[in-house]
Amino acid sequence: MSGAVAAAHGDHGVPRSASEDGPAPKRIIVAYGFWIFLLSDIVMFSAIFATYAVLAQATNGGPTGRQLFDYTNVAIETGCLLASSFTCGMMSLAINEESRLWTYVGAAVTFGLGAVFLMLELREFADMIAEGATPQRSAFLSAFFTLVGCHGLHVAIGLLWLVVMMVQVWAKGFRASVQRRLLCFSLFWHALDIIWVALFSIVYLMGGR
Amino acid sequence: MLGKLTWDALPFNEPIDMAVSGLMIAAVLAILLWLTAKGHWPYLWREWLTSVDHKRIGVMYCVLALVMLLRGFADALMMRSQQALAAGGAQGYLPPEHYDQIFSAHGTIMIFFMAMPFMIGLMNFAVPLQLGVRDVAFPTLNSVSLWLTASGVLLTNISLVVGEFARTGWLAYPPLSELRFSPGVGVDYYLWSLQISGVGTLLSGINLVTTILKMRAPGMSYMRMPVFCWTSLAANLLIVAAFPILTATFAMLLLDRYLGFHFFTIDGGGNPMMYINLIWAWGHPEVYILILPAFGVFSEVIATFSGKPLFGYRSMVAATMAICVLSFVVWLHHFFTMGAGADVNGFFGVMTMIIAVPTGVKVYNWLFTMYGGRVRFTAPIYWSLGFMVTFVLGGMTGVLLAVPPADFVLHNSLFLIAHFHNVIIGGVLFGAMAGYTYWFPKAFGFTLHEGWGKASFWCWFIGFYLAFMPLYWLGLMGMTRRMQHYDDASWQPFLVVAAGGALVILCGILCTIVQLVVSIRDQAGSRDRTGDPWNGRTLEWSTASPPPSWNFAMLPQVEGEDAYWHMKRRAREERTEHAEALEYGAIEMPVNSSTGFITAFFAVVTGFALIWHIWWMVWLGLFGAFATTLVLAWRDHDEMEIPADEVARMDRAHRAELAR
Repeated sequence: MSGAVAAAHGDHGVPRSASEDGPAPKRIIVAYGFWIFLLSDIVMFSAIFATYAVLAQATNGGPTGRQLFDYTNVAIETGCLLASSFTCGMMSLAINEESRLWTYVGAAVTFGLGAVFLMLELREFADMIAEGATPQRSAFLSAFFTLVGCHGLHVAIGLLWLVVMMVQVWAKGFRASVQRRLLCFSLFWHALDIIWVALFSIVYLMGGR
Repeated sequence: MLGKLTWDALPFNEPIDMAVSGLMIAAVLAILLWLTAKGHWPYLWREWLTSVDHKRIGVMYCVLALVMLLRGFADALMMRSQQALAAGGAQGYLPPEHYDQIFSAHGTIMIFFMAMPFMIGLMNFAVPLQLGVRDVAFPTLNSVSLWLTASGVLLTNISLVVGEFARTGWLAYPPLSELRFSPGVGVDYYLWSLQISGVGTLLSGINLVTTILKMRAPGMSYMRMPVFCWTSLAANLLIVAAFPILTATFAMLLLDRYLGFHFFTIDGGGNPMMYINLIWAWGHPEVYILILPAFGVFSEVIATFSGKPLFGYRSMVAATMAICVLSFVVWLHHFFTMGAGADVNGFFGVMTMIIAVPTGVKVYNWLFTMYGGRVRFTAPIYWSLGFMVTFVLGGMTGVLLAVPPADFVLHNSLFLIAHFHNVIIGGVLFGAMAGYTYWFPKAFGFTLHEGWGKASFWCWFIGFYLAFMPLYWLGLMGMTRRMQHYDDASWQPFLVVAAGGALVILCGILCTIVQLVVSIRDQAGSRDRTGDPWNGRTLEWSTASPPPSWNFAMLPQVEGEDAYWHMKRRAREERTEHAEALEYGAIEMPVNSSTGFITAFFAVVTGFALIWHIWWMVWLGLFGAFATTLVLAWRDHDEMEIPADEVARMDRAHRAELAR
């Protein structure tokens, strides 16, 4: 969308407020829209969090969180995800510099850490299922698998997205549309971190007592 | 290979189903054949199906809504006639399992596929024009939203022919909707249709929020936006905040049904009331998502046809935003009978009464706008006046239901049915019809026939009172909702009157169809040459009817509320409106994209496969949608340039018409 008229003053010489400047540049619009999407995603998570909170005690005679959670595993997972947010930030810096090499490096490390996180999570799930703590066992476990799994699904989608974006950087370079998408990706990746922090606190820390 | 899908899914043994299915398939085939024979496909594909123009998308949303109004209303007629017949020993003509599907489909279709698309269509069409910009924030995404909504519609209608629809009511309460009590595919049709169309609605909400907050003509500060933009903003904020709850809730019910989870089951520690809380945490904001844009339409219509600025603009904005926030703290009034205790019920009862206050503010503002104005009694004003009377009545019965002890008596009775039809027909539907009549000339370049429009209004207005006032009475007599048959013969006369009311409403719908046909036939005489047939106040009337795809040759400079009104006044004083020395520049517009249509195709494939457990097809559909997204992401040219000459030619033609 071009053709924005950005006169600094109105007809009467009164300085304009920011809300009178006319349509925002595309980069702002895209990032803003993506923020709104992230907010909606967080609302979706909060509905699942609320359900988890209601059902957390409904173990139906089955295992409780305290019996199931392996804190070493969860600590490594958390470390990986937080570190990947840092490397994602480094990648953003490289993108601003339009340095392909460092973008690839940042993306590779981010991808690696995300993949390790996902593998650890899947191993945790597999171990629990092997012990008979399946999502079908109790309402608590249904909610646990759904909440943690939904975050995991987001991470998996993020990894797929990252791969697609790297192919785009390779094929199309740092054109404006690619840069905007990379910006959205990093917003997405950091938002997943925020959700994980809430998840770690509410599910693992509070649930393990 | 085909999962649960066998020949038994087709309704060979049910004559009514078979006839209806046959008719529907024949109608669809006839339309497709006609399009092919006339060679309309290339035009349709190029100009409509792949269009990313917000005006075209808005129009398609409204067409979808009008078609679904017919479908949902057919269900209503069947319910009313069944209840008029099935008293005492008589069983009527609909067996219970069929009747249950009909009331479920009626609610689902009317809310999700009639009211929602109508409102989203009007917002899509009018908001960017009113803001004085060239399109929404994300035009291609807008097309995706439309077609995902259409996918949900298609899946719901496929259920008529292949398989069955839910028998659980329009919100599919568990444990009834759990696999144990609803083993068929009906609930799955319901869930997947709404999941898919819900994604479309959410994307649409994000799109319009971003458009309103980040794309306005120069000079249009928040407090200069038309009220319709404000109510659209509030409605779309509610979409963004409420629809994810619906998605999460349905996802949990799907996990229960597909993988044996225990969210809402009655065993395994599940909690059905959790579903009911969650669904209404979405559902109550949803009714405001529907009514707020309608409030906006009435504000525009009443100000325009009274020839006055809206009374109390600021209080209108404040009331809108107050409703937006308060709508999230009233959900429990839908189930006071849950037994949450006096404190909780008391809180939600009081909040429900409080939300009536900003609504009352609005009604007074509309009345004061008309007071002292020179009111032109056109069809949109008829709808608005009918709305004010009807909606106030519906609001008062709502406040009555907000008193928990009264609600214990009236819960799930026909009193409730009468109440919410009172506000949804009297509010949302009247608003949709007012908006349809008001903006039709802007969309198509000619006005709708006034006489048929007014006839339609009178039929709806009288039909509504005939159809629903008896239901209030029946509710007080103790008749509950969703009854296929009843023993108390003293109820029958009321239900016969209600059925008569439904027939009067049918006349109203027929009048709308006749109005459309007559208006198209006589369009030469009702052409809107100036682009401003109503002497409007907002920017959409400053451009040609229909507007060029870029809306405005130059972005308007806004200097106050009612931007176009002031421009006209100033032009009259200074005579600069028709200056010849304007310099036109080229305009960048987004190119058409088939992404929306193709994604929606794969969404239907995926949804159908999930409903019937055809797992290979699920993966095929998902992969197809992913590949479509990749193709979109890989395109090199997402904008095309409209040359300055073309812009100048169109704009000069419009100005020449204005000068005549």
